[in-house]
Amino acid sequence: MKNPMSVEPADPPAHVAFQVFLDGIVAAVRSVFFYVLIGNYVGMGALAHEVGFSFWWMALSTVLIWAAPAQVILVSTLSTAALFEVALAVTLSSVRFLPMVAAILPTMRRPGVRQRDLILPMHLTAISVWVEGMRLLPLMPVERRIAFYNGLGTGLMSGAVIGGAVGFVLAAKLPPLLSAALLFFTPMAILMSSARNSRTLLDGLAFALGLVVGPVVAAQKIGLDLMWTGLIAGTMAYGVHRLREARRKCVS
Amino acid sequence: MSAELHSYLILIVIGFLPSEVWRWLGIALGRGLDEQSEIILWVRGVATALIAGVIARIVLIPPGALAGVPLPVRLAALAGGFLGFLLIRRSAFAGVVIGEGLLVLGALVFS
Repeated sequence: MKNPMSVEPADPPAHVAFQVFLDGIVAAVRSVFFYVLIGNYVGMGALAHEVGFSFWWMALSTVLIWAAPAQVILVSTLSTAALFEVALAVTLSSVRFLPMVAAILPTMRRPGVRQRDLILPMHLTAISVWVEGMRLLPLMPVERRIAFYNGLGTGLMSGAVIGGAVGFVLAAKLPPLLSAALLFFTPMAILMSSARNSRTLLDGLAFALGLVVGPVVAAQKIGLDLMWTGLIAGTMAYGVHRLREARRKCVS
Repeated sequence: MSAELHSYLILIVIGFLPSEVWRWLGIALGRGLDEQSEIILWVRGVATALIAGVIARIVLIPPGALAGVPLPVRLAALAGGFLGFLLIRRSAFAGVVIGEGLLVLGALVFS
């Protein structure tokens, strides 16, 4: 007689999977990140409009890239920096996706899951989706997780796309003072989220040094100032981190 | 090639590919990644500093209507918002509200 405990979790039938997907969307809308994302992307949409990108370009950038720092880098530096420098900056800014995807995708795997089923969850992974996913996925059986995560990611991405569209249109229609406030939102939002996410001295120091080193490097007019800022300030912060670690090891 | 098509090509080659490659690596390499490995820490430092540089650039060489706000006002609003964040239970919402409020007030008063 077959041991009931050895039954593999089966693929949920399509209509159940869709229901779970909708649950994911509901979870997205109820998440505080939904509003944070909308806020961030309203500012970004305004920025995109001011710099001269088209409405659909902005929308597509959110769907394809789905990473606020990378998108801000694109929008604010494409007109002034060399293409490969922008590409390099975008590359560096998205490194965190590697450990994020590597951490969460295994939680959705089970025998029978095809590699291509993981492609959508992989692409939808961004900080907000990942944080909520890490929190919520362990609460449900493994066979539901892919559909739920897809719903979660789709819901949050949709909020971002809508926010970007709203910001884009608003930037065109608002009087100068409000438009300025809207544009200011992006640096404010990034400063706030970096401050909140800064768990270690390395993060905080790297950010503070970047703020200071950035203008200094740019004033030298040697080109590639984004790269130099990142390398100089980042390495300095990393150096301080190493010094502290070494000192801690000496003491103990 | 039209400018429109060119901008989408840039989006894909300069925006999508360099960012997405890390997601691909994540799915390919799977578990066993040491988040505390020195290389990752250093890259994180560089990436953080880089985005800070981008912020500084937006504030110091602002686009559109933001350029109409005097530089001291922009800097004060940024600093004030950050201070508000620190003082009010590390609330990002408070920081943004205070920063925006300072910007609008400063723009009204000083221009």
